[in-house]
Amino acid sequence: MIIRKLVTLCIAGALTLSGAHVFAAEPLRIGVEGAYPPFSKKEADGSLSGFDIEIAEALCKQMGRECSLVEQEWDGMIPALIARKFDAIIASMSITDDRRKKVAFSEKYYATPTRFIARKGSDLELTASGLEGKKIGLLRGTTYQCFVEKHFPDADIMLYNTQEDVYADLVTGRLDAQVSNSIQAMDGLLNTEAGKDFAFIGDDLDDEACLGEGIGIAVRKNDMALADEFSAAILAIRENGAYQAVNDKYFAIDIYGN
Amino acid sequence: MDDERSLLQYLQHISENVSPVDFYLIADNLDRFLAGALVTLQLTFLALLFGGLFAVPLAVARAARTPGLNPAIWGFTYLFRGTPLLVQTYLIYYGLGQFAVVRESFLWDPILSSPWWCVLIAFTLNTTAYTTEFLRGAILSVPNGEIEAARACGMSWWTRLRLVVLPGAFRRALPAYSNEVIFTLHGSVIASVVTLQDLLGVGRWLNGRYYLAYEGYLTAMVFYMIIVFGITRLFRLAERRYLGHLRPREHDELLPMTTSP
Repeated sequence: MIIRKLVTLCIAGALTLSGAHVFAAEPLRIGVEGAYPPFSKKEADGSLSGFDIEIAEALCKQMGRECSLVEQEWDGMIPALIARKFDAIIASMSITDDRRKKVAFSEKYYATPTRFIARKGSDLELTASGLEGKKIGLLRGTTYQCFVEKHFPDADIMLYNTQEDVYADLVTGRLDAQVSNSIQAMDGLLNTEAGKDFAFIGDDLDDEACLGEGIGIAVRKNDMALADEFSAAILAIRENGAYQAVNDKYFAIDIYGN
Repeated sequence: MDDERSLLQYLQHISENVSPVDFYLIADNLDRFLAGALVTLQLTFLALLFGGLFAVPLAVARAARTPGLNPAIWGFTYLFRGTPLLVQTYLIYYGLGQFAVVRESFLWDPILSSPWWCVLIAFTLNTTAYTTEFLRGAILSVPNGEIEAARACGMSWWTRLRLVVLPGAFRRALPAYSNEVIFTLHGSVIASVVTLQDLLGVGRWLNGRYYLAYEGYLTAMVFYMIIVFGITRLFRLAERRYLGHLRPREHDELLPMTTSP
């Protein structure tokens, strides 16, 4: 009987906790990554910088909310959001139907194409038979994983914990090719000394079911109001030039897309 | 066949409507987990096999205080016991690959470019270091009397080692070795950080593919528990057989007297 009472107490406690609302006075906790330059990276002193980070700051300012950044490795991002380690994800996450089963999204805050990269002069053909048995590297838990598993089921898919690890193995020659965000790849690899022998192959990838509808801000499913607040703030900073200022600091083109 | 289908349907129903854990998805990907378990077992077993083979001569050289060799082996075991296995694996996998000399050497293509070999090398060196040290301890704890008796029988150093010292040391080291086997199994999860699809790798694949928090890890956990259960069982059997003489006596009064004074 005592045990049953304890269990009831615990459940009641858990319900109270989960029912607690995030008050406006509490700082909004934003989950970010730190190994995805120029969207997010870690400076030598440990501080975070990058497009995602500055957009997060601009949005918080626009919303009049105090924000704190919480660092999280990519493949634990959605679980950590659901487990309330933070309240929103601003980490270059594509809006896809698969993810919508777990989280809710704001409208997009940017949209850039996904592309393959291989060594210059590589004769890889981006067809199911052309990539059969080829080692294709990609970041675990991304839209690229969905895309490659769906379109190139016979490729030898190698999953990594950070995008930087993927580039490292492409450069050493362990991989025949890699897939990632083309804008990120310019800064992360192609425009660096290590990446000088590498280039995009094929066109922009096209499969909305896998690759999504642009990059959005993820919140817990029952926090739709917060997602709407972010969507409004995104439009507002597009209007007042704050977005443009951050964009121009990192990119030559406007990455918001159409 | 019908039973099987209805069981899967039942799992699907439970997973969609009742349980917070998606059992159906786990059942659907069980073959991947089995393949992952195979990779885990393979790496663990091979690392232990090679590690054990290397550790015996190293431990003998350490215990005999062989000049020159002893400090060198001590340095090796200190290095590999004093640093985390994750760091060792990173250094061998990402570190060596940074050097063009390594990438152009004959070792690159079949061995050092492959995550499987890199991990096996790291695990083997690591378990060699640990096994060497506790085997050395076991060799040193062979009672002097046994060695004197062997010497009195006219056995040479080599025969003494082969027939008296090592068998005794192996027996004494058995309980410590079961820990080493389990630690090596647990350490093998590091394979997943360098792209190998071991048990944890498959768990992380599942979590990453379907954006889950628990399912992949939970399933991997159950698999590890089953494997550890098997290992401890095997060791209990081995200890019964080889350390039987050290067990406390049971049912003493029921044993018939075999010799009379």
